[in-house]
Amino acid sequence: MSALQVDNLVARHGLLQAVRGVSFRMEKGETLALVGANGAGKTTLLRAIAGAHPLHSGRVFLDGADLGAARAHERTRRGVALVPEGRRLFAGMSVEDNLRLAGGVGRSGLWTIDTVLETFPNLKARRKALAASLSGGEQQAAAIGRALMTNPEVLLLDEVSLGLSPVAVERVYSSLETLMRSGVTIVLVEQDLNRALRVASRVICMLEGRFVAEGKASEMTREEITAAYFGLNRAAPAGVSP
Amino acid sequence: MILVNQIIQGILLGGYYALIACGLSFMFGVMRIINLAHGALAILAAYGLFVLADTYEISPFLALIVVLPAMAAIGWLLQRGILERSARGGVLTPILSTFGLAIVIENLLFQRFGADTRSLAPFVDTLSYDSWSLTEDIGVGKLAALILLAAVVELGGLQLLLQHTQIGCAIRATAEDADTAGLVGVDARFVKGVATAIAMVTVGVAGAALALRATFDPYAGPMQLIFAFEATVIGGAGSLWGTLIGGIILGVAQSLGAQVSPQGFFLAGHGVFLAIILIRVFASEGALQARFAALTRRSS
Repeated sequence: MSALQVDNLVARHGLLQAVRGVSFRMEKGETLALVGANGAGKTTLLRAIAGAHPLHSGRVFLDGADLGAARAHERTRRGVALVPEGRRLFAGMSVEDNLRLAGGVGRSGLWTIDTVLETFPNLKARRKALAASLSGGEQQAAAIGRALMTNPEVLLLDEVSLGLSPVAVERVYSSLETLMRSGVTIVLVEQDLNRALRVASRVICMLEGRFVAEGKASEMTREEITAAYFGLNRAAPAGVSP
Repeated sequence: MILVNQIIQGILLGGYYALIACGLSFMFGVMRIINLAHGALAILAAYGLFVLADTYEISPFLALIVVLPAMAAIGWLLQRGILERSARGGVLTPILSTFGLAIVIENLLFQRFGADTRSLAPFVDTLSYDSWSLTEDIGVGKLAALILLAAVVELGGLQLLLQHTQIGCAIRATAEDADTAGLVGVDARFVKGVATAIAMVTVGVAGAALALRATFDPYAGPMQLIFAFEATVIGGAGSLWGTLIGGIILGVAQSLGAQVSPQGFFLAGHGVFLAIILIRVFASEGALQARFAALTRRSS
């Protein structure tokens, strides 16, 4: 049984089809990198899986169970957590309150405030600080930590390195490696191809709402993905949904 | 000594204004909704207490045990039935729909109780006019002191609830970003329902305070709404302790104004309200100009 299965998902922004009938499956503990240019539909796909964007059609299954029309908070309680683009921490609340709030979903598991702070040691000294006062890297760590506090089965990470200094990106990614070892299924939206190929077991490239390239990270070359990224290989490879 | 007495009376009156403004400020702070039915709902609670006291001879304080949960239920229904739906229509729609609700409540109360003024004062023995004499010229009304204490306890309780409980955290998160709150497992619809229920409980307490300290009739709501609105704005909309300070500033202004002339009571209150709005407008314009000047200097 797949940890996450997406069948023929269509999502729209008004009349514009942002995601055009994509399908994929993920096994438990797998890390999938979703790459593509701005406007390719990556963020909308992640938000649709998390219930933060309405589905026009299609289905999302978690551990074989259809999530149906479950709203975002219900999906979070069932094990889907999204770290949204731009972090979107509750700026007027402390780091600890941000974490504690997410811990209230009632799912048991590895992640508690203590384990999150161990994974992101830069937050330890800042746990009482207002989220608004954190640096970009600290905010990203807090946003990931907040999602982990829900003890998710599937973690959706949207542009975790966006706007961060190289040092902060390194720190965030070294923490992500700890997460990957913990067995969480991860979908990672990333603009940095090298990094995506390094951390993910599988890569999917999106263009204009469709999957245009898919394969094991170890078997795909940077050139192959770049060509798909810019739409230079329009013929979809076998196994990729039209 | 007269001036000192007027200031003390103003502070005590400010306690009532803080109490009536609390729910308005809470709803604005959490849901960004200006509830124009606020005053009418306070009057509805006052009539609820009056009916229980008059018909069943229940002490108004005991009757709160019945009326406050009823107000909480009204709050929940108000959120689910009116505010949630009207909020989808934009910022102005909830203002119009609560304005309509206020008219409906006022006319239903008029239909049921007529235009006679009522009060809960006869049901609390001598509490409404008992006082402690601090000096020969200065007295502190027991009921006024109780109302001020109730305001402090209520605002402090709300502050504790917001800062130290899971539902308080969820309310703050929903107020800040309802969509993201959903992503951390918070049911924003439920939380908004709870927040409105809490706001209506405070409205119930305010209705009790009004009915104990003065008379009321079905159309007394709009005046209470104006006082609540002024206290909320003076104290900084959405700030709980600011509401107490706003209430006290309004109360002291009215009390001092009344000392000058009988019409001064209202005029001084409205004057302070307008002055504070103007100060805010000019201060923010000044801040904008300073920022613009700094940017211009940097770019040159």
